[in-house]
Amino acid sequence: MISFRQVEKIFNKGKPNEVVALKPLDLTVADGDFLVVVGSNGSGKSTLLNLVSGSILATKGTIYMDDVNVTRMPDYKRSRWVARVFQNPLLGTAPDLSILDNFRLAALRTTSKKLVIGSSEKFRQQVRDKIATLGMGLENKTGQLMGTLSGGQRQALTLLMSVMDDLKILLLDEPTAALDPRSAAVVMQTADKLIREYQLTALLVTHNLKEAFQYGNRIIHMHDGSVIRDVPSAEKQQLRDTDLYQWFQ
Amino acid sequence: MDFYLAALLQGLCFSGLALGIYLSMTIFNIPDITTDGSYTFGAVTAGVLLSQQIPLYLIIILVLFAGALAGTATALIHTRLKINPLLAGILVMTALYSVNLKILGRSNLPLLNAKTLFDTVSLSANSNVNTLYVLAGMVLLLLLLMSYVLRTDFGIAMRATGNSENMVRALGVNTQYMKIIGLAMANALTALSGCLMVQLQGFADINMGIGIVITGLGSVIIGESLAAVLAIRSIPINLLIVLAGAVIFQFVLAFTLSIGIDATLLKLVTAVFVLLIVSLPRLSFKQSDD
Repeated sequence: MISFRQVEKIFNKGKPNEVVALKPLDLTVADGDFLVVVGSNGSGKSTLLNLVSGSILATKGTIYMDDVNVTRMPDYKRSRWVARVFQNPLLGTAPDLSILDNFRLAALRTTSKKLVIGSSEKFRQQVRDKIATLGMGLENKTGQLMGTLSGGQRQALTLLMSVMDDLKILLLDEPTAALDPRSAAVVMQTADKLIREYQLTALLVTHNLKEAFQYGNRIIHMHDGSVIRDVPSAEKQQLRDTDLYQWFQ
Repeated sequence: MDFYLAALLQGLCFSGLALGIYLSMTIFNIPDITTDGSYTFGAVTAGVLLSQQIPLYLIIILVLFAGALAGTATALIHTRLKINPLLAGILVMTALYSVNLKILGRSNLPLLNAKTLFDTVSLSANSNVNTLYVLAGMVLLLLLLMSYVLRTDFGIAMRATGNSENMVRALGVNTQYMKIIGLAMANALTALSGCLMVQLQGFADINMGIGIVITGLGSVIIGESLAAVLAIRSIPINLLIVLAGAVIFQFVLAFTLSIGIDATLLKLVTAVFVLLIVSLPRLSFKQSDD
């Protein structure tokens, strides 16, 4: 569970270029919820996501994860609960490392990285099995450098990497914005499958209203740093795709 | 022949330096030029301790520690104060000049009667050949140690830090801490190089580190070009090629001297040579596509 209590984010506070990115917000995302966040550019969607991941810290208010106060906790410590898929497929993986090394690191997300060689044959097989579920034929290329793969392949692998270790919260920051429609569909289907299979709490920020309509069980609409619409599970099922388009008229 | 043997010995002494630059520049992607200072720091520390007849193993530990300290200083300035790594390196390098002068007490310290690492074992009657064996053993040890560390889980995190910082943080690694360890390791290796060089040449000099960073850079770049041409991905072989780069670099300098180029022009020749190595892959007789 993630809960925001009166969380506010102001960039460049007190300077002429001050920006209020997020106005005081109360928001609770229940365990197993798949929350979709829509809104125009500058509405505060990414700020919201970054506040959850810890890559930026709140100006005011408190953030809880599973009743732990994480407000001042940096991103590399929140990785105990949180994994993240970035908008830019290049950010989620290390291009000059092999697929296997990337997965090895992901498998240690919640623990310390020790001075031992950890990629055993058992681990390699586990990675191959996991990658085989994508059906992209990458399972026999684990020695290949991540940088040689396409954006769609890297994004799909980033998703798989996130469930290599215990995971509670999955953050999807416009994961398909840089992908072609076919790869985008594969990535979103993989994400949806993993979220159900591992009963994850997920946040999806997207500009793609079709995706917003298709996935998730709750949707919020942000504008100018505030949540102006919050459609819970039961109502989201009633929602028609044309309703979503009208929000942005 | 002896001339090239001397170059080989020098090249092997520079292997720590080359590995240090490889670590900071290639693995961590940080242009760290603390090198000039930490190399001399290692050299003067070793020089003073050798003249006091301190046990060799203790000297090596202290030298590694000294280098690590210099690297940590640069890394802290870079990560905590958010200062450009180049500037951070220059600051520490400059400060170290005074520190080194203070440690050495004068600008040059000869070590005529000191017992060095190369006198500890006697495998050959020829002292140069004996030195070669000792250095080769030392370099092999460094190579094995480094290639082990880089292949561990910690090593993967190190390599990923310079490659995709966002990802590494999202995977639970404190990248600031990683960079501090990385630069500490890199400069400890560099200081070790200075320590070996002092023992090879038999004196410590306050100016021996000036422009040494270019030697390290040259070695790494020769190694990288070779690795790129040969399409090598294995970590131990990559490290081996960087070490080969250090030796090739010294051979080229020895060759330059042997054909009668004025020794005062050596730094100029060095700089031009490194420029050539860097630009060769980019120079093309055909029009570039980009």
